[in-house]
Amino acid sequence: MSTHVHPAPADPGGTVREPHARRWDGTGWGFLVKLALMAVVNAVGVGVVWAAWVQGAWGILAASLVLLVLADWAYFSKRALPMKYILPGLVFLLVFQLFSMGYTAYVAMTNYGTGHNTTRDQAVDALLIQNERRVEDAPSYPLTIVQRDGAYGFAIVDEGVVRVGSADEPLVAAPDATLDGTRVSAVPGWEVVPYATLMSDQALQQEIVDLRVPVSDDADAGSIRTREGTTGSVYRSALVWDPDAVTMTNTETGVVYSASDEGSFVAPDGTALPVGWRVGVGFDNFTRAFTDDDYSGPLLRITVWTFAFAILTVATSFLLGLLLAIVFNDPRVRGRKVLRTLFILPYAFPAFLSALLWQGMLNSNPDYGIINQLFFFDTRIPWLEDPLLAKLAIIGVNLWLSFPYWFLVCTGALQSLPDDVMEAARIDGAGRWRTWRSITMPLLLVSTAPLLISSFAFNFNNFTIIYMLTGGGPRFTDTAAVLGHTDILISMIYQISGVAGGRADFGLASALSIIIFVIIGTISALAFRRTRKLEEVL
Amino acid sequence: MRKTAALPVAMVATVALLAACSGGDAEPAASESAGAGGTGTLTIWVDENRQPAVEAAAADFEAATGVTVELVQKNFEDIRADFLAQVPTGEGPDITVGAHDWLGSFIVNGVVDSVDLADADAFEAVATEAFTYDGQLYGLPYALETVAVVRNTELAPEPTPDTFDAMIEAGRASGAKLPFVINTAGTTGDAYTYYGLQTSFGAPVFEQNEDGSYTTDIGMGGEEGQAFAAWLGENGMAGTGLFSTDWTYDIAVQEFADGNAPYTIAGPWAIAAFEEAGIDVAVDPIPSAGGETAAPFVGVQGFYVSAQSENALLANDFLTNYMATPEAQTALYEADPRIPALSEVAESVAEDPIVAGFLAASQNGTPMPSIPEMADVWEYWNAAQSSIISGSAEPAAAWDKMLADLESNLG
Repeated sequence: MSTHVHPAPADPGGTVREPHARRWDGTGWGFLVKLALMAVVNAVGVGVVWAAWVQGAWGILAASLVLLVLADWAYFSKRALPMKYILPGLVFLLVFQLFSMGYTAYVAMTNYGTGHNTTRDQAVDALLIQNERRVEDAPSYPLTIVQRDGAYGFAIVDEGVVRVGSADEPLVAAPDATLDGTRVSAVPGWEVVPYATLMSDQALQQEIVDLRVPVSDDADAGSIRTREGTTGSVYRSALVWDPDAVTMTNTETGVVYSASDEGSFVAPDGTALPVGWRVGVGFDNFTRAFTDDDYSGPLLRITVWTFAFAILTVATSFLLGLLLAIVFNDPRVRGRKVLRTLFILPYAFPAFLSALLWQGMLNSNPDYGIINQLFFFDTRIPWLEDPLLAKLAIIGVNLWLSFPYWFLVCTGALQSLPDDVMEAARIDGAGRWRTWRSITMPLLLVSTAPLLISSFAFNFNNFTIIYMLTGGGPRFTDTAAVLGHTDILISMIYQISGVAGGRADFGLASALSIIIFVIIGTISALAFRRTRKLEEVL
Repeated sequence: MRKTAALPVAMVATVALLAACSGGDAEPAASESAGAGGTGTLTIWVDENRQPAVEAAAADFEAATGVTVELVQKNFEDIRADFLAQVPTGEGPDITVGAHDWLGSFIVNGVVDSVDLADADAFEAVATEAFTYDGQLYGLPYALETVAVVRNTELAPEPTPDTFDAMIEAGRASGAKLPFVINTAGTTGDAYTYYGLQTSFGAPVFEQNEDGSYTTDIGMGGEEGQAFAAWLGENGMAGTGLFSTDWTYDIAVQEFADGNAPYTIAGPWAIAAFEEAGIDVAVDPIPSAGGETAAPFVGVQGFYVSAQSENALLANDFLTNYMATPEAQTALYEADPRIPALSEVAESVAEDPIVAGFLAASQNGTPMPSIPEMADVWEYWNAAQSSIISGSAEPAAAWDKMLADLESNLG
C-alpha cells in the first residue's frame, strides 16, 4: 500500500489512455465484447417489450423500456461510471424486492382468493360456460361446417335428414344435400369448410366455438353448438349477459344479477352467482385480521407464542452453544477436535428431514416412539398432542437443530479474542469471573449480537420446523379457525392462504404477511441500534 | 473486463426474468400468425407418470391434424394451484391432468370449460358422476382410485367377512399382534380412510341429490352421525383399542407389511410396499360396521380444458376423439396402473385380482365431493375423529362441535 499510484501512461498522441472497454484503436477487444453483450441485452429487451406489447401488459412494457434505455445509457455513456457498478444491483433490488413488496401490498388491498380469482370479463365468460347446458337427452349429431358469403353455419344429420342453418337462420331441412357416410359432403347454396382448413386457422376455430345455430324460431328450443368441429348437440343457456347494464339475467327465473362492489353478481335478494372477480377492498383485510372473531383471538395467542418461540429458541441455543464452546475451548479438554465435529453433526442434516425424524421419534406410543422407549421407561408421554408438551418439543428439537451453529460461531469468536487484553486484565488483578463479565462477554457480543438478531428474525419465520414437526397442532378447541397451539404467524398465513388445498384467501394472507414484515422490521431496526451502542461502549 | 462482462449477463438475467413475469415470450405472436397455412399449438400439462401415454395419443393427433402438441411436465401437487393462478392471466395450458375433487374450486374461480362426451355411458358411472358439476360434465375421466380392505392371505385365507365385527373376530383368531390396522395420520386424523366405515352408519359427509351430485347440506349429523362417533369412541384408545392415533401412514403400512395385522384399509398406492415386504395380499370391499353398505370415497383422475383456452376446439377434439379411445386409455393404464374409468378397459385389465378387488370396491363407493365446501370440511372432520379416537374428547360433544364449526364456516 505504500507505493505511489502511477499516472496512466500517455500514448504517443499525448491523450490519456482509455479503458479497454471503451477503446476503438488497437485490437479494441474489450469494446467489441461489450458491444456483443449489450447487443444480446438489447435483443432480449426488445423481445420482452414486443411480447409485452402483444399481451397488452403496459406496466411491464414501460418498466422494461426504461430499464433497457437506462442500461444502454449507463454502459455507453462516458459520464456514467458509478452507474455501471450500481445498475445490476439496482435492477435486482427493483425486480426482486420492491416489485414483490409492492405486489404483496396490492394483493392485500384486494379480495383475491377463491371465488375472486379473475377479471370481470373472465368471470362473465366462465358463468356463461357454466350455465350453457346441453339439453337433456339431446343426441350428438354428425356436424359439418359450412360457409356462405363469409358467414359460417352448421349442417347436421338428424336421423338421415340433413338440416342446415347459421347464426341468423334457424335450421331448415336441405333435402338436396349429399351424404358421405354419416356426414354431409355437399349442400347446395353452401360451401363446405374442410376440417383441415379449420384445424389450421385459430381465428376460425374461435368463431366456430362461439357459433350458435338456433334449432327453430322458438328461442327456448335451444341452439346447436359444436365443441370439436365434427359433432354438434342442442344447448340452452340459462344466463344472458348485458354488457351495457352490467347485469346477468337468468332467463328461466327472470332474476337479474347486477355487479356489486364486492366483485360478484348479486341478485336483489342477496344471492350471488358462484364466480366473482378481483376488486380492491382497501384496508378491509387488515381490519378483518383484528376484528373477525375467528382470527383476532388466535392471532393474539399466536403472536405471543411466535415471540416466545423465537426468543426461547435463540436464547437456549445460544447459551448451550456458548457453554459448549467455552468448555471445548479449554486446552485441558482431550479429544477436542473429535468432540467438536460430533457436536456439529445436527447442523449438517437438512432441518426438514430432522424435524420429520423427530416427529416419528416423539410418537407417544413407546412401541413406535423411541424417545419414550429409551428415555422415559416406556411411559406414554403425548409429546405432540398436549399443547404445553408440543411447545416444549418444538423448542427442544429446534435447540438440537440450532445449537451447533452457535457452538461454531462462539468458538470462532472466542478464539479470535485478543490475548493481550486478557493478560492486561489478569495483571490488573481481575479474577476469572470478572474477566469474563467485563471483557470476554462484551467482546463476544459485539461479534455475535447481529447474528442473534438475524437468528431471531429467521426463527420468527421458521416455517419448516412447525410444519414438519407438529403442523401447528394440537388444534385450538375454542375457535372455529383451523389453527393450533404451536402455529406461528407464518404457518398461520400458510393455513389462511389456502395453498395447502383449502379455500384460499390471498388478500388476507398478504395483509398478515405485511403485518409480520412490520413487526420484524421494527424489532430488527431497534435491535441493530442497540448493537451499535454496544460497540460504542468499547 | 471481468466486471463489465458480468454486468450484461446480469442484465440478460434480469430482462429474462421480466419476460417471465410478463408471462409472454414470443409464443403468442407465433400462434397468432398460425392462420397463414400454419398450424395451431396445443399445450397440455401432465405429470411424470402420465406423460408417456399422453405423448402416444398426442403423436396420433399430430399426425392426423398437423397440430403441434406441447407437453409440459409438472409435479402433480403443483398443478392445481398453478392452474388456478395462471389461467386468469392467459398463461395456463389448454388441457391439464387433474383430480376430480379440484373441480369445485375450478368452478368458482371460473377457470374450467365444460366437455361434451358423445358416449359418456362408456365410462364407469362413478367416474362421469365425479366430473359432473351442477348437471354439466367438466372433464374427461380416465382413472379411479379408492380404498379397500387389503388382506394378508397367509393370516386370513378366507375372503373378508361382510361385517366389521366378524372381520375383527377373524383377525383376533388369526393370532396376529393386531386384528386390524388402519392409517389415522397420527394425531392429524384421516377421515378419508375411515369414510367407508362412516357411510356404513348412513352418515355421508354431504347429502346427495338423486342424480348423485352433492348438496351443501351436511349429512354427518343426526342419529347416524352420533352412532358413528360413539362407535369410534368405543373402539378408540380409551375403549377396545382397535383404532389408535399412534398409527401414521408409515406405521400402519409397516405393521401390515411385518405381518402383524391380517387386515388393513388401504389404497392401491400401498400395495407396492406390501409386495416388496413379501406379503401376499388380496383386496376385498370394506365390510359394514353400521349395517349399511360401506361406500368409500372414489377419487377420479382426468383431464380438464381451460376456460381461457384459445384452442378450445382443438382441445375438445383431442380429448373426445383421441384420449377417450380404448387405445389411449389402455396406454394410460399401462403408464400409471390405476383402475381405468372406461368400462371396456377396466374389464380387460380386471384379470389382475388386485385391480379387480379395487374395481369392486370402487363400485360400492361414491365420488369424493368436489364442491368447494369440501375443502373446508377436512380439517374439522379429521380433528374431530382424531380427538374421539385418542379419547381426549367425548364422542358426542366432539362430533357436535365439529358440526357447529362446519355450520358456521360454510355459512
